[in-house]
Amino acid sequence: MSKSVILKSSIAKKYWMAFTGLFLCLFLVGHLLGNLQLFYAGEEGRRAFNEYAYFMQHNLLIKVMSYVTYLSILFHAIDGLLLAFQNKKARPIQYAMNKASANSSSASRQMALLGSIILIFIATHMVNFWGKMHFGEIPLHTYNVSMPGQMGQVQESSFYYTHDFSVQPVPVVKEIVVKNELELYIKNPEIKVGEGYKDLHSVVMGFFGKSANGNDVNELAWLAVLLYTISMAVLSFHLMHGFASAFQTLGLRHPRYTAIIKNIGMGFAIIVPATFAAIPLYIFFK
Amino acid sequence: MKLTLKIWRQSGPNDKGQIVTYPIDNIEGNMSFLDMMDVLNEELIMKGDDPVAFDHDCREGICGMCSLFINGEAHGPDRAVTTCQLHMRKFSDGETIYIEPWRAKAFPVVKDLVVDRSAFDRVMAAGGFVSVNTSGNTVDANAIPISKINADKAFEAATCIGCGACVASCVNASAMLFVSAKVSQLALLPQGKVEATERVLNMVRTMDEEGFGNCTNTGACAVECPKEISLDNIARMNREYFKAMLTSE
Ligand code: HEM
Ligand code: SF4
Ligand code: FES
Repeated sequence: MSKSVILKSSIAKKYWMAFTGLFLCLFLVGHLLGNLQLFYAGEEGRRAFNEYAYFMQHNLLIKVMSYVTYLSILFHAIDGLLLAFQNKKARPIQYAMNKASANSSSASRQMALLGSIILIFIATHMVNFWGKMHFGEIPLHTYNVSMPGQMGQVQESSFYYTHDFSVQPVPVVKEIVVKNELELYIKNPEIKVGEGYKDLHSVVMGFFGKSANGNDVNELAWLAVLLYTISMAVLSFHLMHGFASAFQTLGLRHPRYTAIIKNIGMGFAIIVPATFAAIPLYIFFK
Repeated sequence: MKLTLKIWRQSGPNDKGQIVTYPIDNIEGNMSFLDMMDVLNEELIMKGDDPVAFDHDCREGICGMCSLFINGEAHGPDRAVTTCQLHMRKFSDGETIYIEPWRAKAFPVVKDLVVDRSAFDRVMAAGGFVSVNTSGNTVDANAIPISKINADKAFEAATCIGCGACVASCVNASAMLFVSAKVSQLALLPQGKVEATERVLNMVRTMDEEGFGNCTNTGACAVECPKEISLDNIARMNREYFKAMLTSE
């Protein structure tokens, strides 16, 4: 088989769209299951979510999967836009009168537009959460901290530290350093005094509603929630056509199963984005 | 019936072309759409104007020559008919009807409503055939047993008349329905299996080279196809191509 067939032929490009698209559907399920923890309120929810975020960043298998996901999004977007560009060229002169609604769904005809909006969403979403988690300043959620010279264990988050510990709501006897991203040490002599997770939970809460310390509302939260919800609606339309379409592309069509696949695709396209959108709505209105 | 026709007029391949409005009267419901075009052309000729060029031949839905994009749909608003089988009773008195040529880069306009569909011929020449020994010991095609199911499916695929309505209707100007019908009608039969791998690779390569768009599975083609060619054929071609891609040398 020649390279030009696998990368350049129209049908092979479509296999790539279908494989990456279906893989991204799996990714959506995984991502959604993780996000569901945001419904889990209070300090316990905060701890559970932050530990989960830590796990997601450090588990080897998940690291591998995340790279496959980045590549899939990139490939799906580039390939999709390339196909859309070729398709535009295939009809240089438009009809004066075109009743396309008589023969096809608008989602099926607007996959590239819907996809481009999703791409913008993914980019901003990654700057807001993924980027902060990986490269940004993120508050630490600390617990089990015990200070030498102080008594006993300090439970949960009576501490609120930033990375550089400029905010220190409790008196700290000694300078504290973070190692391995989750262990707190004092220096000279180096003693482990507790644990702290990057507090992604508070970042999310602050983004869509109440800020980390619980009370004041982010002025622009309504906008974030609105744009998030619109993006999920766009994703929903992309999947209403995309899910079943991928099976057709891969030649998986059969009088007995195609109706079932279409129904599953419809259900998936409604339930998954709606549940994603419910989370910021819940945070905002609760 | 009194109608207002808005027809694409283009004097030749290099003319820019434009929509021209023609009022027409005394159209009967039992006329075919092409009869109506004939009435218009007679009037134009009487007036000394250039008649509207359009393709037609059999006028009974079997040759695939007629090819008008009528009121935003290939072969007009009716289902499972060609333009020549479309009756004027599908329209109402006083209606405005847009009549345009197939629009696709691969189907350049020759004149008015006539487009050059030889891209389909080149796709066929690339693999839409079976090689047969004709040196005197040709085997009777019916000597090989074929399952009834496959024979029916092959026959259904073979009813494609190559009109190009699928390309015209597709938002991407994709020729997948036509090409998949031609690939399927042979892939389903034992005689066609011999050259199946090269056939699908060559026909799809030619399809791409001719400048047709890529399929997004909108399904518009199968809805507008006068012969109701099924999307099953596209899925079958996708399977055939997958096999061929992985196994060809
Ligand atoms: C999580 C995000 C996404 C998911 C789950 C997803 C899923 C899918 C699926 C399942 C298909 C159907 C493939 C087929 O018909 O064979 C598809 C098609 C498509 N996607 Fe996405 N997609 C996503 C994001 C994007 C992005 C960011 C773009 C960027 C432009 C995009 C552009 C397209 C295009 C243009 C098509 C149509 C391809 C074609 O049929 O030729 N998608 N998508
Ligand atoms: S598949 Fe249908 S619409 Fe396309 S060329 Fe054949 S008969 Fe015409
Ligand atoms: S003229 Fe032959 S199919 Fe219409």
